[in-house]
Amino acid sequence: MSDIKKFMYLNRRAPYGTIYAWESLEVVLIGAAFDQEVSLIFADDGVFQLVKGSDTSESDMKNFMPTYRTLGDYGVRHMYVDRASLAARGLSEDDLIEVAWEDYETEEEVDNIVEIVDTDQAAKLMAESEVVFSF
Amino acid sequence: MSDLFTVNKSPFEKNSLEAAIKFSLAGSSILMIEDGVYGAMKGTAAEDMVKGAMSDRKVYALKSDLMARAIKDDRVIEGIEVIDYAGFVDLVEANDKVQAWV
Repeated sequence: MSDIKKFMYLNRRAPYGTIYAWESLEVVLIGAAFDQEVSLIFADDGVFQLVKGSDTSESDMKNFMPTYRTLGDYGVRHMYVDRASLAARGLSEDDLIEVAWEDYETEEEVDNIVEIVDTDQAAKLMAESEVVFSF
Repeated sequence: MSDLFTVNKSPFEKNSLEAAIKFSLAGSSILMIEDGVYGAMKGTAAEDMVKGAMSDRKVYALKSDLMARAIKDDRVIEGIEVIDYAGFVDLVEANDKVQAWV
């Protein structure tokens, strides 16, 4: 099984205003079919993608926020959020959704795979990945 | 003579809001729409700039775009008027013209 690679999806755009956030989600969901080690990282305006409480009832747009909560079921193991990006936007961990993960074979469970990291840690995580997809 | 400036980009990614403020005369109206509504949030790196503009300009934000981005009323900077689509139309009508800062 040495074919397994560490994939990192880098998300730097706000949801809704452009198609980047949705496209990233699509690729992550499609990529779930391939058995890889998948992590997501959110930085700059990308941190807005994980803010809970989105309501598109008056916008004629699909609310794709619930999809993020299912990512644990699609093999996503880590969702990292850059701390400085949150702070610059007046946000904290309390504003973010939680995403659960479970390994159905080993029954190992993690309540929340969303993790706030410092910028140097984020840089290290990306450097250690074998592939970085940028959105 | 007064113009309505619409801004549809996040102030953290583009300088559209900063530029619209800089190139608008006192008495102008600035309306945040789409990703521009992130400029209406309290406690951000852009808050001081927005508050500065509010000293002699009127600032508005579009309700439906705030809602989609999970920005509740209590997180909007005090003094920014939240308007709906009908309010948008009223603003267009009340000003001489619209300048879209994209």
